[in-house]
Amino acid sequence: MQIIIVGCGKVGKTLAEQLQEEANVDLTLIDISAESMQSVSENVDALMIEGNGASINTLREAGIDKADLLIAVTGSDELNLLCCLIAQKSGHCHTIARVRNPVYFHEVEFIRERLGLTMIINPELSAAQEISRLLRLPSAIKIDTFARRRIELLKFKVLPEFELNGLSVSELADRFHLDILVCGIENKDEVIIPGGNSLIHDGDMVSILATPENTSAFFRKIGLKARQVKNTLIVGGGTIAIYLAQELLAMNIDVKIIESNEKRCEMLSDLLPEATVIHGDGTNHRLLMEEGLALTESFIPMTDVDEENIFLSLYAKTRTKAKLIAKVNRMDSNEIIDSLDIGSVVYPKYVTADRILTYVRAMRNSYGSNVETLYHIMDGKAEALEFQIREESPALNKPLSTLKLKSNLLVGCLNRGGKIRIPRGQDSLKLGDTVVIVTTHRGLHDINDILA
Amino acid sequence: MNYSIIRYILGWILTISSGLMMIPLGTGIFYQEKETAAFVITILVSCVIGIALTRKKPQNQVFHNREGFVTVALSWITLSLIGSIPFVISRTIPNPIDALFETVSGFTTTGASILSDVEVLPRCMLIWRSFTHWIGGMGVLVFILCILPLTGGYQMSLMKAESPGPSVSRLVPKVKSTAIILYQIYFVLTLLQIGLLLAGGLPIFDTLCTAFGTAGTGGFGVKNSSIGGYSVYIQVVTTVFMILFGVNFNIYFLIIMKKVKAALLVEELRYYFLVILVAILFISINVRGFFSSIGQTVQQVAFQVGSIITTTGFSTTDFDQWPTFSRTILVLLMFCGACAGSTGGGIKVSRFVMLAKTVKKEIQIYLHPNAVKKVKMDGKMISHEVVRATNIFLVVYIFIFTLSVLLVSIDNFDPTTNFTAVAATINNIGPGLSRVGPTCNFALFSPLSKLVLIFDMLAGRLEIMPLVILLVPNTWKKF
Repeated sequence: MQIIIVGCGKVGKTLAEQLQEEANVDLTLIDISAESMQSVSENVDALMIEGNGASINTLREAGIDKADLLIAVTGSDELNLLCCLIAQKSGHCHTIARVRNPVYFHEVEFIRERLGLTMIINPELSAAQEISRLLRLPSAIKIDTFARRRIELLKFKVLPEFELNGLSVSELADRFHLDILVCGIENKDEVIIPGGNSLIHDGDMVSILATPENTSAFFRKIGLKARQVKNTLIVGGGTIAIYLAQELLAMNIDVKIIESNEKRCEMLSDLLPEATVIHGDGTNHRLLMEEGLALTESFIPMTDVDEENIFLSLYAKTRTKAKLIAKVNRMDSNEIIDSLDIGSVVYPKYVTADRILTYVRAMRNSYGSNVETLYHIMDGKAEALEFQIREESPALNKPLSTLKLKSNLLVGCLNRGGKIRIPRGQDSLKLGDTVVIVTTHRGLHDINDILA
Repeated sequence: MNYSIIRYILGWILTISSGLMMIPLGTGIFYQEKETAAFVITILVSCVIGIALTRKKPQNQVFHNREGFVTVALSWITLSLIGSIPFVISRTIPNPIDALFETVSGFTTTGASILSDVEVLPRCMLIWRSFTHWIGGMGVLVFILCILPLTGGYQMSLMKAESPGPSVSRLVPKVKSTAIILYQIYFVLTLLQIGLLLAGGLPIFDTLCTAFGTAGTGGFGVKNSSIGGYSVYIQVVTTVFMILFGVNFNIYFLIIMKKVKAALLVEELRYYFLVILVAILFISINVRGFFSSIGQTVQQVAFQVGSIITTTGFSTTDFDQWPTFSRTILVLLMFCGACAGSTGGGIKVSRFVMLAKTVKKEIQIYLHPNAVKKVKMDGKMISHEVVRATNIFLVVYIFIFTLSVLLVSIDNFDPTTNFTAVAATINNIGPGLSRVGPTCNFALFSPLSKLVLIFDMLAGRLEIMPLVILLVPNTWKKF
C-alpha cells in the first residue's frame, strides 16, 4: 500500500513512525523543508521529497498516480485541503486532511463532502473530546470508547483502599457480579494481557472493558467517584481549550480559563460567553490559588510548553485533590512522564495517529471484516481494536474456548444486535457481530488474524 | 557505539560468504580439482563462526551513522580475509599478503593481480577470483539489506556507506525494496551479457568469468592476454557492457518505469558519454598508425577507453606502447571514473560535474561579489552539505593518494610506475603504465607497498570515509 504524507511536523512524524510498523506499507514523505525531513529520516524508512505538497510536480514525483492514500498534515488547513484536492484530481487515492481552525468547525462535514475527501481530522478537537470524557469519569486515567461510546475501555490505578490487592482476575469478577473484563494490567516492569489467574496488586494500572453503566457501577463499588466533575480550571486558551470549553459548557460544567495574552482573552470571552476568562499568567502560583486551585474539581494545564504543563500538574498535586489532566504536545510518551504520577496525560499527536491508523487498517481490508476503531493502549504497548464481522471466517460459530487464539490476545466485548456483553468460553462469534480485541500483537487487520 | 549489532551483521557477512563460495566449490567438483578442498575448509570455518555470531539477535538494534560506516568497513575487511583463505591453504598463492592483495583486488573490483601466469591456476580459483568482482560490484551490504529483516530508517546509513557517489537516493520508499531492485537490474544485465557471450561461441567457463569481471567492472581475466585473445565480437560485447555497467543504475530504473526521456536528460549520463566519445576520438587520431584499419583502431581504442573509464581494467592490447598523449588521456580517465551509483570506481563523473559547477559559481562571485547563486544539477539545487562533502572527499583523496605514492616510492621504481600503480588501485582499475602496465603485474612490489595498495583499493571502493573513520580513535569509544 502506497501512502504519501505531506508535512513532517509532530503529527506527520508520529504517523510515519507508526505506519512504518504496518506490513506492506510504502511511505513517501513530502515537506517544504529539508531540515525537518532530515530529522525524520533518521528513524523512518521512507522516500523523502522536498517540495510543496500542493504542487502537482512534487506530487507526481512522490508517485501520486500509484498512491492509495494521501494524508495532508501541514501546519496550514488551507494547504492541506488544496493538497488533497489536487491529489484526487491527479490520482485515484483516498485523502485525509487535517483541518483544525475552529472557524471551520461547523463546516467540516460540508467541506469534506463537497471536496470529496475521505476524512477530515482535527487533532485539537479529538484531544478536547478525550479530555471531556475524562472529566465525565474523573477517576479513570484514560478512557477509550468503542461502538459509538457504548463500550468503554478505561484505565485506573489500584489504590490500597479498594481492597483489591492480591485478587485474581476471576475472583474480581465473582466478587462484584458485574459484566466487566480486566483486559490489561501494567506494573512497573511489564504489561500483561491477563488470563483468569493473573493477580492484581496495589499500585498496578488496570484496564477494564465494559459498558458505561457497568464501569460506573464498578467504580462506585470499589469506592471511586463515578460522577462527572462540577467545575474545571484551564490554563492556556489555545484551540483545544476552545473546543474543550464548548463541550464542557454543554455538559453544565463550570469553566474557568486563564490566558496570558489579552487579545486572546477577548477572543475567548467573545467565543465562550458562559466561561470565566481570566487574563493573567497561569504559571503564577498566587494567581492559581486566587482563582481557586485548592477548591476546583479538575485542573487542566494546556499551555504551549509541555514542560510548563507537567510542572503545573506537579504543583497542583501538592495543593489539591482535583483531577489533573496535562496536555503534552511535543514530547513522546515516556516512562519519565508516567513515573511522575500526575494523573492523566493527553497527547494530541497520538490521538490523531490512532484515528488514521484505524482507517489504514480498514482500507486494506475493505471487503472483509473491518477495523472500526483502533486505540494504542497501555503506553502504546498494546492495541485495542474493534472489528465488525461482515463475512464468514474460520473464527466464527465455534465456542471461543475451542479456538486456538494467539497468545497475549483477549476477545473483549461483544456487540450483538445492540446487546453488549463480555463473551465467555462457551460463546462464539457470529456474522454481524462487533467485537473488541485487546492484544500486544501489531498489525491485526482482519478477524482471522486473532487465530494463532 | 553499538558493538552487538556490528557483531550480528559481521556474522551474517561470514555466513553469506560461505554461501557464495558454493560457486567455486561447485566448479571445483565439476572439474574434479584437488584444490576444491580449500573451499570446503573455508566454507565450514566461516559458516560455523557466522552462525555462532548471528545466533543471538542483538537487543539493541539502534543503528547510527557511526555504526553504519564501521560495519561497512569491517565487513569488507572480513570478507577480504575470508576470501583469501582458499588461495593460501591450497598453495595457489602461498604468501598471505599476496593472497590478500588478490582477494581485495577482486572484491574492490580493481583487477590488479600479483600473478604472472593466470592460466596455470585451477578453475575453481579462477572463477572465485572473478566471482569476487561480481559480489563487490554491487556491494555485499546492499545484498544483506535485501535479505536481512532489519527495520527502521537506519538501513540508509549502511547503503550510504557502501554505495558509490556523492549522494544516494532511494528508488522506491523502502531501502530494502531499493536494494532488491538494484540487484535485479544487476542480475538481468549480467545474464544478458552471458547470453550474448555464449552466442559468440565463448566456452561457458570463460563466459562466466568474463561476465562477472565486466559486471563488477573488475577486470580479472582467465587468460594471460586478458580479453585480447578472444574474437572481435566478444571484445565488442564486452566493450558495450563495460560502459553499461558504468552507468548509474538509477537510469535503468527510470527506463524500467518508462521514463526514458527523463533518463536521457540526466546530466551525469550525458557527460559520461561525452567524455567517452571525446577520449575515443582523440586517442584514435593519435594512435592511427598502430592498427591496420580505421575500424580496428576505433574498436581497440573504444575497448581500452571503456575499460579504463569504467575502471574495469580488461585489456586487448598493450596500451603502454601508445604515444604519451594517448597514455596521458587514459591516466586522466582513471581519475574520472564512472557514474555514481554504478559498479565502477574512480572519483565519479557526477563529482566532477558538481565541482566544475562550484568553480563556475565561485568565479561568478569574483565578478559580482553580492550575487546569489545556487549550484544545480538536473534542475535541482545541490545542498550545501553535498558540495562540502564532495570538496572534502577530494581533499582527503589527494592526501591519501600523495601519501601512498610516497610510501610506494620506497621500492625505488620509476615515478610513472609508482604514480600509476597507486592511481590504478585507488581508482579500482587494475593495470597502470610502465612496470605495472597491461602486460605486467604487481608482484614486484615489497610487502609494505602491497599493504599500502590494499588499503588504497579498499579506500577507493568504499569512497575513503568509511576506512578513514576506522582509524579515528573517537569512533571506538562506547560513549
